Amino acid sequence: MKEDWTLVIKPEKRLLDLDLKGIWRYRDLWYMYVKRDFVTFYKQTILGPLWFFIQPILTTIMYMFVFGGLAGISTDGAPQPLFYLSGIMLWNYFSDCFNGASGTFTANAGIFGKVYFPRLVVPLAALTSNLLKLLIQLILFILVYLYFVFTGTPLSLNATALLFPLLVLLTALHALSWGLIVSSFTSKYRDLKFLVSFGLQLFMYATPIIYPLSAASEKFRWALELNPLTPIFEAVKYGCLGCGSLSWGGLLYSTLFMTVTLFLSLILFNRVERNFMDTV
Amino acid sequence: MSPESDIAIRFDHVGKLYRLGQVGTGTLSNDLNRWWQTRILHREDPYMIVGEINDRAHKGSSDYVWALRDIDFEIRQGEVVGIIGKNGAGKSTLLKLLSRVTAPTTGEIRARGRIASLLEVGTGFHQEMTGRENIFMNGSILGMTRAEINRKLDEIVDFAGVERYLDTPVKRYSSGMIVRLGFAVAAFLEPDIMVVDEVLAVGDAEFQKKAIGKMQDVSRGNGRTVLFVSHNMAAVRSLCQRGIILENGRLSYDGDVDDAVDRYLQDAVTSGIDLPLSEMPRAGKTSGSVRFTGIEFLNRDGEPIQPTCGAFLRIRVTFEARIPVGRGHMSLEIHDLHKRPIIYFSSQFTQAERGFQLGEHSFTIDIEKLRLTEGDYRILLWSYFDGRVADFLDGTIPMSVDNGPFFAWGQNIPPHLRTSVLEDHTWQYDQP
Repeated sequence: MKEDWTLVIKPEKRLLDLDLKGIWRYRDLWYMYVKRDFVTFYKQTILGPLWFFIQPILTTIMYMFVFGGLAGISTDGAPQPLFYLSGIMLWNYFSDCFNGASGTFTANAGIFGKVYFPRLVVPLAALTSNLLKLLIQLILFILVYLYFVFTGTPLSLNATALLFPLLVLLTALHALSWGLIVSSFTSKYRDLKFLVSFGLQLFMYATPIIYPLSAASEKFRWALELNPLTPIFEAVKYGCLGCGSLSWGGLLYSTLFMTVTLFLSLILFNRVERNFMDTV
Repeated sequence: MSPESDIAIRFDHVGKLYRLGQVGTGTLSNDLNRWWQTRILHREDPYMIVGEINDRAHKGSSDYVWALRDIDFEIRQGEVVGIIGKNGAGKSTLLKLLSRVTAPTTGEIRARGRIASLLEVGTGFHQEMTGRENIFMNGSILGMTRAEINRKLDEIVDFAGVERYLDTPVKRYSSGMIVRLGFAVAAFLEPDIMVVDEVLAVGDAEFQKKAIGKMQDVSRGNGRTVLFVSHNMAAVRSLCQRGIILENGRLSYDGDVDDAVDRYLQDAVTSGIDLPLSEMPRAGKTSGSVRFTGIEFLNRDGEPIQPTCGAFLRIRVTFEARIPVGRGHMSLEIHDLHKRPIIYFSSQFTQAERGFQLGEHSFTIDIEKLRLTEGDYRILLWSYFDGRVADFLDGTIPMSVDNGPFFAWGQNIPPHLRTSVLEDHTWQYDQP
């Protein structure tokens, strides 16, 4: 007897079953999710896509005023607008990806309850649409950068800047793994939701965004270095502004950290994916 | 026996356990206990043992309930199977398992071919996106590629009849248009196995007809396997060859669709539950001003009974005036299974024509001594108000009559008589 079933549904699944083939088959859905994010982002707004720029500009100005002006925190010699803007853009990318991934189950319960498709498509689409947003914002950054170049501010752009795509990828995967972990837990226990928005805010201050790592006192420096995002943010600023520090050891640590959490988060996601409709 | 490779879907001892009540602090302790028992002590899951049969009417002692238990069946390629059962019998759970929305607790489901599940119309529609964008969104959620959708776009738009509004956000659509658009996308999917839940319950009568027609094309023309859940017995009968009845999470009947539907309706009548007349299909053109909503068979004390030959029978029919109506009358006719009319009751014989206020009303027919012999019958109901047929149920209501002592000597009638009606009479041999 030939056993050529194309689908076998069992109560238990393997620990890690990524179904990459399935994700590839649903790549058009991935595309549609990204498209939906963009199409619906500026529907019924007057300024439309300009909002992609307005938000980081306003935040930068506010940071220049509060942290640069009032608090007088050093930017390690780099022009304040560039220093803050680069940090804000990368941080927004991280937190948007994280929020997108962590809402996978709760925000899509309606759809997941009716149709099957590889659930990973949703967080992956969130990473993609945020990446496009980041690329659009990069135009803004380049414009501001050119302004400073032409006004004669010394900026030491160096080869480390070529690492940028890899650093973005690393950020995305960090966001994905934490997002998946949170989404897996919040599908059943909503408590975490309250903790997370608060925790994310704290986490931002534990990452060198509005201050350089060098400004941290010796007493707390180790805590900042434990943060796997620290080497990424430092490397980005080092690459394009010449401030901060490039730490290969730190980047290696960050990558290892990401690999472990990503692995764990996928196992968790895999488990929850099967039955979350019963508990959501 | 068909060859193994002919089977499209196989359910093998499939069960699904649900936890009732809310997720709260208790959930965490149960989860920890379960993990401790099964993973560390390698015992059986403590909550799986206590699970009860799913009977919504009675409150059980356990928080866990089997929505489905030990479901076994096979469906061959090209078969069109209707799944029927009361609300809460497990129909939707079964479809959810097959659609992989949730996983079974026990057992195994195997399938051959691409499955498309249509548990809802217009899944993933976004209010802000246009009709066109939503066709692509919904289509890709259902597993179509963009190229496929592009190829079928004209047909989809045509079927839904929304060409003028194609580039208007869906939030400006009427609810009917959204339903039509959603169904149209799904109708042009080309899966090997199609799983359809109750989607035909939405939309107006004309659209329902169109939708059923489309489903018939899909199943007949292309030899596709279809699993269809519905309360609409006429739709089940016309679409499916085979019927499966679920009762409290278990499979109670599997066989020919006509038998399945009869059995289901029978159960609904004899278990004293109002037959859901409002869900039944209507014949011909009716104004709908007055609609029949329920029918019951009662004894003299108003308790539900099975009609019995020679005994008292009260037939109570409830109906709803959906607008205030003027003059009219109602009739009830009993047919045998060969559609031959046997008995006719009408308010025309006994009552003056009258009208009804908006709302629920009922009428009662009392029969002192039922003359029908043992067997199955059908009931027709119609109402005629303000010069038009208001409602017409064309023999879809089943009635089965038990054997009983009709004649004075107090014994049952011999079974399998050829006639359906008895007559009280005297018989004597004349002296020569």
